[in-house]
Amino acid sequence: MATTEGDAAAPQRRAAWILLAPFLVLFLGTFVAPIGYAIYQSFIRVERAGLFGEEGTTSSFAGLRNYAEAFANNEFVGSIGQMFLFGVVQVPVMIAAATVLALLLESASARWPAAFRAAYFMPYGVPGVIASVLWSFLYVPGLSPIIDVAALVGIDIDFLGPSMVLWSIANIVTWTYTGYNMLIIVAQLKAIPAEIYEAARVDGAGPLRVAGSVQLPLIRPALLLTIVFSIIGTLQIFAEPQILQQVSTAVGNEYTPNMAAFDAAFNYNDYNLAAAEAVIIALTAFALSFVFLRLTNRGQR
Amino acid sequence: MRRSSSARRTGRNPASTILVTGILTVVAVYFLVPVYWVVIAATKTTEDLFATHGFLLGPSVHLWENLTQALTYDGGILVRWFANSMLYAGVGGLLATYFAAAGGYALAKYSFRGREAIFGLVLGGVLVPATATALPLFLLFSTLGIANTYWSVLIPSLVSPFGFFLCRIYADATVSDSLVEAARIDGAGELRIFHTVGLRAMVPALVTVFLFQLVGIWNNYFLPLTMLADESLYPVTLGLANWNAQVDRLPEFYELTTGGVLLSIVPLMVAMVVLQRFWRGGLTAGAVKG
Repeated sequence: MATTEGDAAAPQRRAAWILLAPFLVLFLGTFVAPIGYAIYQSFIRVERAGLFGEEGTTSSFAGLRNYAEAFANNEFVGSIGQMFLFGVVQVPVMIAAATVLALLLESASARWPAAFRAAYFMPYGVPGVIASVLWSFLYVPGLSPIIDVAALVGIDIDFLGPSMVLWSIANIVTWTYTGYNMLIIVAQLKAIPAEIYEAARVDGAGPLRVAGSVQLPLIRPALLLTIVFSIIGTLQIFAEPQILQQVSTAVGNEYTPNMAAFDAAFNYNDYNLAAAEAVIIALTAFALSFVFLRLTNRGQR
Repeated sequence: MRRSSSARRTGRNPASTILVTGILTVVAVYFLVPVYWVVIAATKTTEDLFATHGFLLGPSVHLWENLTQALTYDGGILVRWFANSMLYAGVGGLLATYFAAAGGYALAKYSFRGREAIFGLVLGGVLVPATATALPLFLLFSTLGIANTYWSVLIPSLVSPFGFFLCRIYADATVSDSLVEAARIDGAGELRIFHTVGLRAMVPALVTVFLFQLVGIWNNYFLPLTMLADESLYPVTLGLANWNAQVDRLPEFYELTTGGVLLSIVPLMVAMVVLQRFWRGGLTAGAVKG
């Protein structure tokens, strides 16, 4: 709520803009400008004259040619499909695990909840790259004690094979972010007023009943928030497959949309294609978040 | 904690305590195994790393040698990467929090034309994948001549749309209009009111925003990878990834990488455990109000 309902007095309006200025300038410079620049770049084509472009470059309007090229690239389109598959499995598994862990930690039956909570949250402090380096050691035959232990009971696992590596990446992401999502859900669980639990207890509801009909509906906003952030995060996956590339031949240079854009920019110096791909990634993230929030809103009403 | 204690009054029987605690323990093992592995691995020579079982100590313990080797290799470049990470995350986190607080407060406490348009624009920014802006930002910075400098990683780290969003909601709910009005009557200027009344009331949200931004910058990989070519500017994430990329050709990098990984995750793990309660405070406020 604002201090005054109408337009503020002049000195107040001036103060508002002074306070806003640093954030706004930086936001315009590092969000709006690069997005605008990417959109601009995605519509032009740079032609290099001479064998190595030594005779200068000319740029011309290219219409949708960069986008057509991006969509004609099977690897790029495949990488988006790959991330859909990844997200459809990994996001529900991770959010369900985070929810169950949060409910268990907040239940009457958990011993040492603070110690468990700390252990689950700890991986969030490990950068995705470092987590990937760590897990890559645990995936490599000859180095991995997990493969050794599995072999003892007669199971033969190939974490890095073409059919398995996507789920090995999913495991790294799940390991890193489950505790973080759990903490957001725990925060919302703690905000449920004691009277509501009291009322449920008076009605004779058991712990499972309380979880299903009291806690789950009340933590809905936290669940929506974590799911939307997870969807956006899924489309951005980069570090995990890029690190696993060193130990698995099943991960190519265009394994995820972001890797494809990075590849176009730095291995082929095709910034215009990379810009078109970056725009496609951002629009897909927007569209998915939007569709998800729409669907869940309709479900509520 | 009065609330949770009354929540836990329902159903307290030994069988379910054993079951639930058993499940929680198994899950804890999953989260701790990689860390346990790297602690063991950092004690081994490269030969022992392959020759002995990964979960057990080798015949001799080389932890000290491996750690000193990691810290002194290439003129102590790992220490430099740590310092760089601290610079990016510390300065970026502090300034980003301050800017988000000022902006969020301005939106919450003053009404002016364009207010809702700005809020909507920034809210859209929360949903933009950070990696989608990194590539075009690199192209922009290249034309400005600041790609491959400290600035190229620091400047994008100064902006937290999520922090801005959280600060606005929090300032709306906690900075009282009557207190602001009273300060005005006392003759305090608007900026002074923000720095005394406003910032003080927003402290819990500021801690959360700072921690989010700190961890976000510390863990960032795509942005420095895109921006930096000069090894001496690397943060620790990029540096260790580089070491890891060399283990195939130069096996001694196994010792360097495991030692470096251990050194880099220990402070973070301690920080996460210690700072856990601060995350909770601010997040609840944001989640409930939002």
